[in-house]
Amino acid sequence: MPIGHYLVLSGLLFCIGAAGVFLRRNLITMLLSVEIMLNAVNLTFVAFGRQLGSVDGQIITFFVMTVAAAEAAVGLALVIALFRSRESLNPEAFTSLKW
Amino acid sequence: MLALIPLLPFAGFLVNATMGKRLPKNVSGGLASLLMVIAFVIAAAQVWALAAIPAESRQINQTLYTWISAGNFSVDLAFRLDALSAVMILVVTGVGSLIHIYSTSYMHEETAPEFARYFAYLNLFCFFMLLLVLGSNVLVMFVGWEGVGLCSYLLIGFYYAKKSASDAAKKAFIVNRVGDFAFILGALAMFMHFHSLDFTTVALAAKAMPIETAGFGILSLITLLMFIGATGKSAQIPLYVWLPDAMEGPTPVSALIHAATMVTAGVYMIGRTAVLFEHAPITMSVVAVIGAATALLAGTIGLVQNDIKRVLAYSTVSQLGYMFLAMGVGAFGAGIFHLYTHAFFKALLFLGSGAVIHALHGQQDIRHMGGLKKHLPITYWTFLIGALAIAGVPLLSGFFSKDEILYETFLHGHYLLWGVAAVTSLLTATYMFRLVHLTFHGEERFAGAHAPASTHAPEHSSTHAPVHLHDAPAPMAFALIVLAAGSIFAGYIGLPHAFGHNVLNEWLQPAFQATNCGAPVVTGELAGLAIEECLPGEELGGEAHTGLELSLMGVSTLIAFAGIGLATFLWVKRRDIPARLAQQYAGVHRLLLNKYYVDEVYDATIVQPIKVVSEEGLWRGFDVKVVDGAVNGAGYFVSGVSILLRLLQNGSVKTYAASTFVGAVAILAYYLWR
Repeated sequence: MPIGHYLVLSGLLFCIGAAGVFLRRNLITMLLSVEIMLNAVNLTFVAFGRQLGSVDGQIITFFVMTVAAAEAAVGLALVIALFRSRESLNPEAFTSLKW
Repeated sequence: MLALIPLLPFAGFLVNATMGKRLPKNVSGGLASLLMVIAFVIAAAQVWALAAIPAESRQINQTLYTWISAGNFSVDLAFRLDALSAVMILVVTGVGSLIHIYSTSYMHEETAPEFARYFAYLNLFCFFMLLLVLGSNVLVMFVGWEGVGLCSYLLIGFYYAKKSASDAAKKAFIVNRVGDFAFILGALAMFMHFHSLDFTTVALAAKAMPIETAGFGILSLITLLMFIGATGKSAQIPLYVWLPDAMEGPTPVSALIHAATMVTAGVYMIGRTAVLFEHAPITMSVVAVIGAATALLAGTIGLVQNDIKRVLAYSTVSQLGYMFLAMGVGAFGAGIFHLYTHAFFKALLFLGSGAVIHALHGQQDIRHMGGLKKHLPITYWTFLIGALAIAGVPLLSGFFSKDEILYETFLHGHYLLWGVAAVTSLLTATYMFRLVHLTFHGEERFAGAHAPASTHAPEHSSTHAPVHLHDAPAPMAFALIVLAAGSIFAGYIGLPHAFGHNVLNEWLQPAFQATNCGAPVVTGELAGLAIEECLPGEELGGEAHTGLELSLMGVSTLIAFAGIGLATFLWVKRRDIPARLAQQYAGVHRLLLNKYYVDEVYDATIVQPIKVVSEEGLWRGFDVKVVDGAVNGAGYFVSGVSILLRLLQNGSVKTYAASTFVGAVAILAYYLWR
């Protein structure tokens, strides 16, 4: 399979993730969208790794997955804390941190 | 050992400045005085050791460490004792000790912290003055030069709560700065030309240069700048205006700083760089003319002043003029001789006036004195000796030194300057005895109603003579008597040639030559030993001039007695004549009383324009508009831009994410389509 297919798929996934972050009004959904974007990138790494015949792409994917797991844990903890303070998951409710 | 002489007063300063508040008065004052006496003893021992060295190499040097070393510029913190600085350290530590002792009594009414502050300043002054005279290069001298200026400021403004005192202190400091600026320029020019600031090195280099008779050369420039510095410190035209005002300080300070030592620094400086001055005849004539003019001007003002200390202040300015006249005609020895005798009798006169003021509880106006002779016998007799000495009555110290100046001036062919000096001599005798008569003779005019002490002792206001009138207490009397003895006998080390040997002049001459007179000449034999002496280059006195010297001496004796007689006639016998004269020549009288309106002229031509330029130009114009404008403008600019920028920070996490995304895409796009 040519590399182009993988890249198109990962590009599509990335755009879906980005659209989710920008358009959805729910913090949990936004976090999920971020995960989708990360996995789109992972796909690219693995695809290039296979194309170039090296394991570097897979190694870095493991790093990304580790970070993603940590990020998910911290992100969900923040979401819970935010929900407790405002009884809402809409990001527009949390705009008090400005000048 | 040499370094110990200035360091002892400095130690006293440190103790009194740091712990003085907690020390009892007799400890702080006693310590300060004791250290000065020890410094005097060490100085005397050092001079004794110096005298044992043969005249050709008569120097004691001590280098503490290299102070500045940058490229070919190297300055050591070094002291040098030679014939000239020997005279100066003896005067500074000797008169200084006496004035410290006098002050312990004079200042005893101050509170303990004020008392300690006074002695701390006084010790600091002595430290800087000794640094000035012992420094072996211009820079060390300059440190002392600035330091004595600082102490002068601090002590004039000692009663800082008094507006006039703090004004006078500022005036003294600022006027001195004008001179100091020229001094710095002179030192820089000296370094640029000679690549050295050491006095001996410079003098040797200058000696090899031709005398600048033809035109205005580098030596003339250096010496003229340094002389302007001297006019500031030593109160000569045009920078003399600060000295009369400096009398706001405590009287012992006037005696020590503004009569005996600091104000003579300019004369000393010329003596120190005598070789340079000798090679710059233009500067020499300027020095002589300024000196004579100052002597006359100050003498005429002194004739009509009514404040006892102001009369003495103008007298100091006038006598300093004499010293500069001597320096200017090339009679360096005579100038230093007068400096040395003047230190005795002028310190004595000031301390005597201090005793009078002390007795009258602060009264300084001689119109409210009179008849004090029988109340203050010690003060009277010592003051009289001082007045006789300054008037130039034969056999007292002032006669010898003043006469030598007059003689040398005449001998060098400056007949006009001699005339001016002779007239000034008459004025000196007259105003000094006007002071003596108005203060000590005649009817008593210090009745309670006039004296400011009236609030102090209202119960005495009905009696004519206040009961409180007491003569100088023991420490003050001691200082007065020692100085009076000095005023009588100090002159005998500089006897005129007609009478014998001028020991002082021979002692000093090597110091005015570049190092030690090139080839010593055998001039006499004593006990089979050849005595080698430097033949002073300028020594013109010989058998041929004895007649001239004697006749000039007769003239100055006549002048002295004429002045005293005139004063006695006008202010004792015919008290009505001065008043009538003042009325008849009201314009002249007012002119003199107002000191030729010099202060007013300076105020109008220098102070006011500077004030206007500072206020309108520098303050309202430059500072408010340009400096504040730039600072405030920067602030307004930042706050204006931030109004726009803060719109970006709206707290919405989605906006931030979007802008990050757009930014990332933009950067990527840039690299892709570059």
